[in-house]
Amino acid sequence: MSVVRAETVPVRVESDVVVVRQTVRQWATSLGFSLVDQTKLVTAASELARNTVVYGGGGSLTLEALEDGARRGLRLRFADEGPGIPDLALALTDGYTTGGGLGLGLSGARRLSNEFDLDSAPGKGTRVTIARWR
Amino acid sequence: MERIPILKMGPFLLVTIQVDMHDRLAMVLQDDLTSMISRTGARGVLLDISALEIVDSFIGRMISNIAAMARVLDAETVVVGMQPAVAITLVELGLSLPGVRTALNVERGMALLRDAVRRADGAGTDAGADAIAAALAGEEDDGGGDAPRGPRGAPPA
Repeated sequence: MSVVRAETVPVRVESDVVVVRQTVRQWATSLGFSLVDQTKLVTAASELARNTVVYGGGGSLTLEALEDGARRGLRLRFADEGPGIPDLALALTDGYTTGGGLGLGLSGARRLSNEFDLDSAPGKGTRVTIARWR
Repeated sequence: MERIPILKMGPFLLVTIQVDMHDRLAMVLQDDLTSMISRTGARGVLLDISALEIVDSFIGRMISNIAAMARVLDAETVVVGMQPAVAITLVELGLSLPGVRTALNVERGMALLRDAVRRADGAGTDAGADAIAAALAGEEDDGGGDAPRGPRGAPPA
């Protein structure tokens, strides 16, 4: 598997969430994802970008176009240097929230992706990586 | 400040979301709609989301909040025009918008609202309300339980 293209965009303020949605949409479209798959990717990205701003205090998104033989995919890496998540299993539970939301951001983004990885610890920031294959 | 326009159409309020909403804009819409219902005494809210390319948990919560607040203020909310890809994604995300009425398009949404208002007014004994109800029923036979027409109109055995 190889990364054929990559780009990093800031995810610092609320309006960046909208830019993230638009950027992910452009990438997913150019990679030939179906409309439903585009919508899933953009929705997952919207949830994770909001988490990066609200809980992580801002960070970045790196988009990577993937190639694995004939397969094409899109990987999204969200990273922040915020307070980190003390209990990863709890954070992934439907309905659990520390911020007054619905508690569907992380768990929902996982359901909308083919691959999901959460790496975080208190004081170490948070990195959430999702990928979807065409 | 950027705002989503709210149109008044008779007893109903009509909102068409045509921009990619950032979170604060969604909150402003929620507040604007609530005060507009209270100010105008509107009986129904039609929320057209056909131009929305995604509904994430934040926008989903806004829609649920609008419906709940409207209900408390004696107004019905109908969400119309959700794109199929958005519906598929919304359910997979884990949102089912409980308590939110939906319709496929604006026409059916308006019929649903008129029907709800008619039923609420028809429950009283006021002759004027009955006359309005009868007039509305004649104009819109969609959803009238006494008209066995089409596949869903089969009369009970």
